Amino acid sequence: MVNIEIDGKQVSVPKGCTILDGARENGVYIPHFCYHKKLSIAANCRMCLVQVEKAPKPLPACATPVMDGMKIYTNSEQANTAQKGVMEFLLINHPLDCPICDQGGECQLQDLAVGYGASGSRYQEAKRVVENKNLGPLISTDMTRCIHCTRCVRFGQEIAGIMELGMAGRGEHAEILSFVGKTIDSELSGNVIDLCPVGALVSKPFRYSARTWELSRRKSISPHCGLGSNLVVQVKQNQVMRVLPRDNEEINECWLSDKDRFAYEGLNSEDRLTQPMIKRDGHWVACDWQQALEFAANGLNGAKQKYSAQAIGALASPHSTMEELYLLQKLMRAIGSGNIDHRLRQSDFRADTQLQGIPWLGTDIADISVLKSVLVIGSTLRKDHPLIAQRLRQAAKDGMQLNVVNPIDDDLLTNVANKTIVAPHGLAMALAEILKAAIEIKGAERTAELNQMIEAVGVLNTTNIAIASSLIDNEPSAIYLGNLAQHHPDYSSIHLLAGAIAQITGASFGFLGEAANNVGAYLVGATPTFSALSTSQLSGLNAAQMLGASDQGNEKCQAFILMNVEPEYDAYNSQQALKTIKSAEFVVSMSAYKGNATDYTDVLLPIAPFTETSGTYINTEGRVQSFNGVATPMGETRPAWKVIRVLANMLKLEGFDHDTPEQVRAEIFKDGSDIGNHLNNDLKSFDIQINENHAESIQRIGEVPIYRADPIVRRAESLQMTHDAAAPRAWMSSELLQRLDINAGDNVSVKQGDGTVQLEAACDEKLPANSVRIACAHPNTIALGAMFGEISVEKL
Amino acid sequence: MKEYPLTLLNGVDSSNPDNWRLRSYEAREGYAALKKILSKRITPEEIIEEVKKSALRGRGGAGFPTGLKWSFMPKNYDGDKYIVCNSDEGEPGTFKDRDIMHFNPHLLIEGMIIAAYAMGVKAGYNYIHGEIWATYERMEEAVDEARAAGYLGDNILGSSFSFNLYNHHGYGAYICGEETALLESIEGKKGQPRFKPPFPANYGLYGKPTTINNTETFASVPWLIRNGGEAYLNLGKPNNGGTKIFSVSGHVNKPGNYEIPMGTPFAELLELAGGMRGGRKLKGCIPGGSSMPVLPGDIMMEADMDYDSIAKAGSMLGSGAVIIMDDTTCMVRALERLAYFYFEESCGQCTPCREGTGWLYRIVNRIEHGKGRPEDLDLLDNIADNIQGRTICALGDAAAMPVRAMIQHFRDEFTYHIEHKKCMV
Amino acid sequence: MLSTESLEKIDREIAKYPVEQKQSAVMSALAIAQTEKGWLANETMDFVAEYLGMQPIAVYEVATFYNMYNLEPVGKYKLTVCTNLPCALSGGNEAAAYLKQKLGIGFNQTTSDGQFTLQEGECMGACGDSPVLLVNNTRMCSFMSNEMIDEMLEELRK
Ligand SMILES: Cc1cc2nc3c(=O)[nH]c(=O)nc-3n(C[C@H](O)[C@H](O)[C@H](O)COP(=O)(O)O)c2cc1C
Ligand code: SF4
Ligand code: FES
Repeated sequence: MVNIEIDGKQVSVPKGCTILDGARENGVYIPHFCYHKKLSIAANCRMCLVQVEKAPKPLPACATPVMDGMKIYTNSEQANTAQKGVMEFLLINHPLDCPICDQGGECQLQDLAVGYGASGSRYQEAKRVVENKNLGPLISTDMTRCIHCTRCVRFGQEIAGIMELGMAGRGEHAEILSFVGKTIDSELSGNVIDLCPVGALVSKPFRYSARTWELSRRKSISPHCGLGSNLVVQVKQNQVMRVLPRDNEEINECWLSDKDRFAYEGLNSEDRLTQPMIKRDGHWVACDWQQALEFAANGLNGAKQKYSAQAIGALASPHSTMEELYLLQKLMRAIGSGNIDHRLRQSDFRADTQLQGIPWLGTDIADISVLKSVLVIGSTLRKDHPLIAQRLRQAAKDGMQLNVVNPIDDDLLTNVANKTIVAPHGLAMALAEILKAAIEIKGAERTAELNQMIEAVGVLNTTNIAIASSLIDNEPSAIYLGNLAQHHPDYSSIHLLAGAIAQITGASFGFLGEAANNVGAYLVGATPTFSALSTSQLSGLNAAQMLGASDQGNEKCQAFILMNVEPEYDAYNSQQALKTIKSAEFVVSMSAYKGNATDYTDVLLPIAPFTETSGTYINTEGRVQSFNGVATPMGETRPAWKVIRVLANMLKLEGFDHDTPEQVRAEIFKDGSDIGNHLNNDLKSFDIQINENHAESIQRIGEVPIYRADPIVRRAESLQMTHDAAAPRAWMSSELLQRLDINAGDNVSVKQGDGTVQLEAACDEKLPANSVRIACAHPNTIALGAMFGEISVEKL
Repeated sequence: MKEYPLTLLNGVDSSNPDNWRLRSYEAREGYAALKKILSKRITPEEIIEEVKKSALRGRGGAGFPTGLKWSFMPKNYDGDKYIVCNSDEGEPGTFKDRDIMHFNPHLLIEGMIIAAYAMGVKAGYNYIHGEIWATYERMEEAVDEARAAGYLGDNILGSSFSFNLYNHHGYGAYICGEETALLESIEGKKGQPRFKPPFPANYGLYGKPTTINNTETFASVPWLIRNGGEAYLNLGKPNNGGTKIFSVSGHVNKPGNYEIPMGTPFAELLELAGGMRGGRKLKGCIPGGSSMPVLPGDIMMEADMDYDSIAKAGSMLGSGAVIIMDDTTCMVRALERLAYFYFEESCGQCTPCREGTGWLYRIVNRIEHGKGRPEDLDLLDNIADNIQGRTICALGDAAAMPVRAMIQHFRDEFTYHIEHKKCMV
Repeated sequence: MLSTESLEKIDREIAKYPVEQKQSAVMSALAIAQTEKGWLANETMDFVAEYLGMQPIAVYEVATFYNMYNLEPVGKYKLTVCTNLPCALSGGNEAAAYLKQKLGIGFNQTTSDGQFTLQEGECMGACGDSPVLLVNNTRMCSFMSNEMIDEMLEELRK
């Protein structure tokens, strides 16, 4: 700490901090534009000029380090003249038409001009006009307003990891743009809208739809990924108009992914289900809640009587709230069925009975920033976890070594220390190699259990040795399993191996949670086998079994309750899932959307999305975040917790008399239990077989595209126009293309199981041999089957 | 005519096409200073001491003491360090570095090698002004010659000292003469100056400790090592050691480069340059390149050509570019052209310079075109005041100072333009 | 995209800088590309970006920052006349006016036969030789009186 004087006040501030930071900590505001706490210092706007004793000229507070004994005047005549002078310069070429500017009311320039601007303009010359740019569907430009602070450029270079915007030209001709004709495709692009202190970069979907003072701002939590980003949701006349980040250093910092920011458009979709509907004699009719719920209760009762309670299954989206999931499992178990699951995209459940606790991140999210080595296994990291990727990027800048084991060599826009790119079926073997290397480096005791895991390993490859030593030599280190690993057909082995590597290397170990509430779903027992706080221990079928994946006839369900689930998009094997659901006797769907549900359900119950209900998400680090609804439910929509409660009442089940979600919450946490006690990634040991598995056949790598992951985002129109939402293609290496005698751009027929689709072939050298990357969760590919497995590709 | 001692252009014969070559350079004591250092095992500290003693001041514009600058380079630093020669010479009126490189390239190379030795540096870059392609090619050839002869590369002349030198070609941006813009430019970016601190001595090229000197500064080193710092100092005046090349342009009979000792009267320099063209009267002179304040002829005729004397006269010696204007010159037009230059060359990074230079230019342009207003002169002065000292780099000052000096010294002429909507000359 | 000869030249420039600093060669790479192609089309900049492992926009920033890059096609000969103050004091403007008259074009225009483009330049560091002009960024012509300009144009037209 050093002692300085600001405006006559003695204060002590951290050594080496800037005048601006020091002043800020002591409640002294210094005007600024280019400075941003998360970006490098540019010192280009010059708005923060202050007087420093003994300095011959005013100094930029944002860039000048404090020195012991420094006397700073932020309000002296010298400082004021300098600041006013800069404000005048900023305004001479800036349009003064705030009333028609989208930033009006939340513009830093407008705000500061009031305090630091002159009343009349001495500038009598022509104003500069700058051409607008098309940056894509999310960001709209009004470039004449730009004040050249370069925050947007620095954001790309430093935070998003890719420079998509630059400042071309020089002097007065300097302008912010993307490379000729290119759009901004970063999954974090929307943050530049917040960063832009003026109205030069504004939200395209929001543009001209409301003035800021008409909006009420309400707190919420993002439902889209495991991070649980904190949101401000802005509402006008009961409609969500815009979503902004709410600062939380421990989670999303001041950022939002584009998915979190723009998915709200899906809330206002035409496809919203606003009235209960039932299928009567093959015809869909709208009805009231009483009728619909009776219909549902009768259907379920009928199925129970005809088959048994165990023939009924419930599939719930992991994006549902904890309260909804809790009540749903309670209802199921009260009916007498343990068939409940939220893991629709998981395919390998062998480890289910070996779980020691709830799979979670294994550390706090914020801890990622201080890691020195990381191994990410099976993850489309940037797209599945945009802000975790961002944290890793910043950590890598500070010297963290990023190691990757993945089937796809996607550009992570950061330094990758070591990477092993293997076809999906080689993933477990690669991990076994890393494990063996770690054992050898550490000289660890080879227990029978470890020996079993590494017995098939042959000669170690140097990359895998390097990964093992990276984890061992750099503390703290961590291992994370991504979505792809969790969906993988050999997930259990991957889980076991990764855990063993963590144990040997001393790394922490965890999962990058796929959905908003995986941890919450486990906690409240929305799984057939594992339960922490569920009411009964009754176990049952997992998602794959319910959907008939095992082909053992009687294992699948005859009746379903779906909660926020679109099986064709949300299941591991869409082909199989649809077939089973369609052939089921009775299907109740609770959903915010109509979608294709009329094709395969019998009753549709409109339930509220996260903005229209109160609820709780537990994010991937195990943080409990409750939120309130920000708007009243649309049409006849009801919160799902209420719907389940009434349905349970109709089914005459005991213990469903909650009047508020708070009561549900109180029931879940009845002993004030600390959920930390339930978080545990360990497995009881079990037999696995790791083989050198040479699949000669062509294998699919199917992953969920970023904007297809949940029902809301699938309906967000602007996101659907982005590059990331482009229609799936059959991606493969040039070698495979050649072998199949296909040219990139050709139409091909892709066959998997009973399904065939036509796609365009495309070349991607970042893929391993014999692998074709074909996205799932898209209308064009739902006819295919499992996300992984054998497929055939033929030229048309 | 008087004979002046030469440290830079000694033995240079621009009419002889081979005079620049290594062999010719060696014949005029070339590389003797380097050989002396290596054979006598003179230590880096001793060299820096010698340079300090010589009172050699940077020839690039700011006149910063070179020995002192060299002593800022961190010692015992493991990792790369760099020296960079600033041959970007874009300051209007200046063309001395071109001639040093074109006609005496090995002098610069030797100077840089010695500097590298003194600062423990293994690699250097010479950033050459974009428009002088032939000179760049010659420098490339000269560097090849020096490398082939063992003056550059590993284990120079059999010693344990290694140094490599590379030429980097500019492509037309005045701002790259500013030392941190120049570093950015070498790094393959736009030439936008960096905010200082950190200074290049700590965070320079590729983030490594770096010393930047002007071409002429480096080229002054071999002589002063051969003859000693004291001898160099004695060529000039205390605090203003040695000789310097002045580039004389404008209304003189023989524009060109003239090397004279520091402290030589301006009148002598004018005489060397053949006197005023057509015997006309000296109206004004910019003594240090276009960024420096103009001085009226009578003040100039009394001044001596060294840093301190010119500062006392109210301007700056800058890069030593002497722009001579006779009494036919319209000062409004002169200023308009300069204001346009700074407007065009502003890098656009910081607000006062980006916005202010255009404003200044437009007002002067208006006055020149008979559309001036009575309040314009005070407005110009105030805008210049709002730019000066508020920018990231000194280009802002360079744009502001000429405006203020022109209005200060030739206010009547500007007023006449505004009132009569035409020129008085 | 670029000839092997140009690529060799670029490789020589890359070798001047530390291995991890390839980007340092972007200015010369663009200059070399421009010499081969006459101007810098988007594809050319894209290619240079790829070759040096840079983002295209970063290359574009450089190409638009420095004066001597041609972002649009120019004539076979680009003539740049210095009109900065020192030159203006010694005939720079007159030389520019004479060129305009002889070529029948203004600044930033190209003759209809595609032979000449005329540009106004800033200080070329040759103020003592005024009037000066630069042909295709590389050849500096000094003391350009009207007669010398005539001679030069004739020589270039051949
Ligand atoms: C706008 C601007 C342009 C400059 N141009 C040059 C130049 O062309 N050549 C030069 O040597 N120094 C130039 N300088 C000065 C350099 O920044 C730096 O001070 C100098 O190269 C240091 O070398 P010296 O100490 O040997 O003078 C310029 C400075 C500014 C602000
Ligand atoms: S003063 Fe001008 S040239 Fe210097 S950094 Fe600022 S904008 Fe760029
Ligand atoms: S905030 Fe300091 S210069 Fe912009």
